[in-house]
Parts: sequence; C-alpha cells; structure tokens
Amino acid sequence: MKTRLSFLLGSLSAALVAFALTSPRVVAADKVDPVADAKAFRNYFFQKFPDVKHEDFVNGPYSMNADMKRQWLEKEEFPPYEFALDAGKEMFSTPFKNGKTYADCFPNGGIGIRQNYPYFDGKEGKVVTLELALNRCREANGEQPYSYVKDEMASLTAYMAFTSRGKPMDIKIPDDPRALEAFENGKRYFYTRRGQLNFSCASCHVQSPGERIRAEILAPALGILNAMPIYRSEWSGMGTISRRFITCNSQTRAVPLEPQSDEYRDVEYFLSYVANGLPIAGPGARP
Amino acid sequence: MKRSLTLAMLLALGLAPAARAANEADYKAAFAAAEAASKEAAGLRNQWTVTVSTLAAARKAADGGDFDRATAAAKEAEALAKASIFQAASEKEVWKAMEIR
Repeated sequence: MKTRLSFLLGSLSAALVAFALTSPRVVAADKVDPVADAKAFRNYFFQKFPDVKHEDFVNGPYSMNADMKRQWLEKEEFPPYEFALDAGKEMFSTPFKNGKTYADCFPNGGIGIRQNYPYFDGKEGKVVTLELALNRCREANGEQPYSYVKDEMASLTAYMAFTSRGKPMDIKIPDDPRALEAFENGKRYFYTRRGQLNFSCASCHVQSPGERIRAEILAPALGILNAMPIYRSEWSGMGTISRRFITCNSQTRAVPLEPQSDEYRDVEYFLSYVANGLPIAGPGARP
Repeated sequence: MKRSLTLAMLLALGLAPAARAANEADYKAAFAAAEAASKEAAGLRNQWTVTVSTLAAARKAADGGDFDRATAAAKEAEALAKASIFQAASEKEVWKAMEIR
C-alpha cells in the first residue's frame, strides 16, 4: 500500500514538474513579440545559408545562385528598370494641377524615406504603405489615384526606393496594441496556407528558397520587399508590392484580395519589420 | 441456387437507381448549393480560383442546354468551395506549426 502511495505521489510530482516546465513556453508562444520573432526569422535564414552575406539576402534568387548572380550583375549595367526610374523621377517632380507635388506630402520631401515604409498610423489605427500614401497624396491634391498594380505606381515607388538605396530598413512598431495586432495578423497571413495548392507564402519563401519551382529559383523571405518594386522579365514590366502579393495568391490558385486590403498591408508590415537592418535595394530586377 | 441468383440480380437491379440524364431542376439545385458554399468561402476571404472558374463552366454548360455537364460542374464547384472552407477553418490554428520560432 505504502509503495503504491509513494509511486502515485512520485508520478504526480513528475507531472507537476513537467507542467511547470512546459506552461511558460505556451504562454511565451502566444505573446506577440516582434523583436523575438524578427530575431528568430533572421537566424533561420542566416543558419540555413551560412555562406550568404547578410546584406545579400535582399537580392532574392541572386543570393542563392552564383550563375544567376553573375548574369544579373551584368544586366545591372543597363538595368531594365531604368525607364521606370526616369519616368518616376519626372512624375515625382511634376506639380499636380493645384501646383503642389508629392514632396509636399512626405517627410524630407519624399527623398530617402523608403526604409520607413510601411508605418503604423496611430490616428487611423492601421498600417500605411508607401503605395497607399502616394495615392492618398494624389487624392488630397485633387488627382485620381493610380492603379496599385500598374506602371505609374511602380515608377513612382521605383524612384523613391532609389533615393533610399543602401539605407537599412527601419520599420517601427509603436507601443500600441493595434500595431502589435497588425504585426501578428501579417505574420498569420504569411504562414497561412491558401488556394487549391494549399501553399502559404512560407511554403516557397521559408521552406524552399534556393530551390527551383519550374524554371524559377525561389527567393528567401528575408529582405524580399527591400528590392521592391521590381522589373520582372516574366511580366515584361515593372511590378509593385501589391502586384507581387496578388500574383503569389493567384499562383496558389487563391483568389487574390483587393490591393491594399488590410491583410496585404499587414503582411507587408510583418515582412518589412523582420528585414529591419537590411539595405533597401529597390528598384530590383528579377527573372 | 440458380433461382436465388436470379432473384438477387433482379433485386439489385430494382434497387439500383436508374441512370438518367440530369435536367434543369437538377442543375439549379446543384448550382444553388455550389453558389452558397462559394459565397461562404468568399466571406472567409479564402476563395479558390478554381471554384470560380468551375462555377462559370457550370453556368456556361447550362446556357448551352447541357445539363449533365452543368450539374457535374456545379457539384465539383461545391466540393471545391467546401474544401476551401475546411482549409480556412483548419488554418486558424494550424498556421502556427509553420512559424519560425
């Protein structure tokens, strides 16, 4: 009887110790902690690709494949986004009908600020992307907004990114539960499987960067937005971040969301925040 | 033995539903069910492109009077929509398994 009782007590204490050891982990896992998430995110890629220089992750597939990188460096002498860059510069400096320009809508006249977008707007309680801010600027000045997936928006963001080249991504998450929620929502969107192919963003860009999907080499998720907007040979033209998200969704056979929907804004916030410290490399060129 | 075999065959034939061509009413019922499931998936913001295209194919076949094909496509669209609803429900928690920690 005594033996049975002591065995029972022993099992109970072992169970309690096990519970005590595991429960803090569960709590920690459920707490929104962008700093820890970003650290884990970066470490995952740094450890998976120890030979890739950290700042090189922003070059997407070129950081994963030496042959492609060589071809790309040669192409950079006459980059395919050059026309968009010139057009963007001209558009940026051309006054609206009311005489104002984009420079009037942005801090520092819109020059060298790409690394601070997207940001969390405390007044609106939502994430504001650069594309969204540009269209809001247009509308505030009596102009029609541009399509989020067409050339004009890509040209404007190409020019603004170019003025920030080399500056480290610097996304802030203010001490505001709504900002943390936006970050968490973006993270959830990134890891959630969707479409008939049952793919999440992470299926390609976390689990398989450097691998081929048909003829393409998949880019790592780390720094994937730092080179936006991009000229894609596949598109025969420029593409914005909105276009990139929409295309990714379609490729998994999911109906894309509307450009600048809350989900897309939040996933841009998440991906940009975890890339903090990596240089802006836009506009970029991709196969 | 022979008699029981014949009886069994007759019974099986009697119970088996007679294969018949689908009519407009069959199509309308199948399409309504598919459309309802598709709307639910869209409401969850988890619509699949193939659901939309299969629904459109069902409508096109019905417009051409091919109710066999239209009904089959509508049923397929319903199955696809239900799969996307299941995906949305399961991913509410399952996504965490993929997270880098």
